[in-house]
Amino acid sequence: MTNEKVRARGWKRFYIALIFIFMYAPIFLLIIQSFNKSKSRGHWGGFTLGWYVSLFHDADVMKAFGNTILLAVISSLVAVVIGTMAVIAMSRMKMKSRQLWLAVTNVPMLNADIVTGVSLMLLFITLRIELGFGTVLLAHITFNIPYVILNILPRYRELNPHIYEAALDLGATPAQAFFKTVLPEIAPGITSGGLMAFTMSLDDFIITHFTTGAGMATLPTKIYAEVKLGIKPEMYALSAIIFVTVLFLLMMVNRVQEGSENKRKAGEEA
Amino acid sequence: MNKKTKTRTNTIAGFLGLPYEVYAVIFIVIPLIMVVWYGFTDASGHFTLSNVASIAQPSNIKALWLSVLLSVGATAVCLLLSYPLCMFLVETEKHANSFLTMMLIVPMWMNFMLRTYAWQSILEKTGIINTALTALRLPTLRMINTPGAIILGMVYNFLPFMILPIYNSLEKIDKNVINAARDLGADARQTFIRVIFPLSMPGVVSGITMVFIPALTTFVVSSLLGGGKILLIGNVIEQEFTLAYDWHVGSGLSCVLLIFIVISIVISTITDKEDA
Repeated sequence: MTNEKVRARGWKRFYIALIFIFMYAPIFLLIIQSFNKSKSRGHWGGFTLGWYVSLFHDADVMKAFGNTILLAVISSLVAVVIGTMAVIAMSRMKMKSRQLWLAVTNVPMLNADIVTGVSLMLLFITLRIELGFGTVLLAHITFNIPYVILNILPRYRELNPHIYEAALDLGATPAQAFFKTVLPEIAPGITSGGLMAFTMSLDDFIITHFTTGAGMATLPTKIYAEVKLGIKPEMYALSAIIFVTVLFLLMMVNRVQEGSENKRKAGEEA
Repeated sequence: MNKKTKTRTNTIAGFLGLPYEVYAVIFIVIPLIMVVWYGFTDASGHFTLSNVASIAQPSNIKALWLSVLLSVGATAVCLLLSYPLCMFLVETEKHANSFLTMMLIVPMWMNFMLRTYAWQSILEKTGIINTALTALRLPTLRMINTPGAIILGMVYNFLPFMILPIYNSLEKIDKNVINAARDLGADARQTFIRVIFPLSMPGVVSGITMVFIPALTTFVVSSLLGGGKILLIGNVIEQEFTLAYDWHVGSGLSCVLLIFIVISIVISTITDKEDA
């Protein structure tokens, strides 16, 4: 490689790094802030782990944390089940009806969150359903299903349908044939769709804001309420814990997936 | 497989779709119809255009205009930052996928409101940038609570939505097409203008709609970085629902947003079809 090319490559890497710093600077700042003894954010008052301790004695924060995690887990699991079933049905539909359902699936993705939130709020209030955990859960499932469907669909299209049919011919029940031949192939799509749904639920503020009622808070709605008065340092500590935990979990999942993929490849070669 | 089992499998598959179909009708289709219904009726249920027409009130039209201005600005900045980034990623990294997940998903595990809030401490009067400027004996800047701060917040939050589609469309371009253009005598600039950029158009269009709509309709970024003094159309709608409790006017204004959303969906489907 010529000198010039090496230099151009250096500049490109530098640019990529700059964008990375732009995306992550606020995150590092928040993590540093969680160790700051001083409550005011502009001022470093020395290192402390105190916020990580007092966090667990703050009943309000812990309740909001519990709600957030429970919502993310249930809504992404329900979305995975309903979404996977929908993909199977959609793949066997006629062209026209499949396009119609795909268009419906795209609505929550393309619509503005504020309109989705407002529309669900109008629905719940008209049906006289009391706003609270249940309505927020229904709302989260609504915006999570499309992520699952759109992640599985491309995988499903690549499937060889004859393998499933062969399983049936060899005497498997449709359920057996599905779990033995189809599910393993679409599993990566289910994982990535479910993970995305989990993330979206964890981070959602706008739709939750409109569908929640008195007494029901998630971390994002609690933070929004705290912004005007100043955010409690415990919130930084909790967010840092969540961030590091999820990051760690994902790295574990990645490692397991890579491991099984390598094993499979080795098996195919042998 | 004989015909009978095939029809049976199809019937089973049809039933599997039922939960989603019921769910989608109740929670996606009907709520949207309700927004339109509320938007075009008054409290006694009679048809009216006054809710939608309230967009023409000076304060509302000002908020809409400012939203359009700031979101166009933020979309432009996102495009200008993302395009070179994606070009470099396609050129230098073979498997940029893990990088893109890092870029796209990982930051979301730190709550988005906190991340946006953190920009306050970077931009504010005694914030990090101004402290650095003072240390260098330079004059301080007024950054927080300005339209510029809101654009920055929008770019920061929605940049990943621009990066992903552009990267996907650039990665799909057959290297042979680029090499052919070079072999036929096109220089780097001509290859870019005539070959690469046109082929990446679907990604660019979908990136633009993915950034423009959330930026146009946000009320969080403006209330966190605008100091509550700069009202966007999202703030106006949010206040109609949570402070004024006027769902009819709020829905009417949401219908105005729906027009923007429908236009952007139409544009992106047209370019998608051309692509296929």
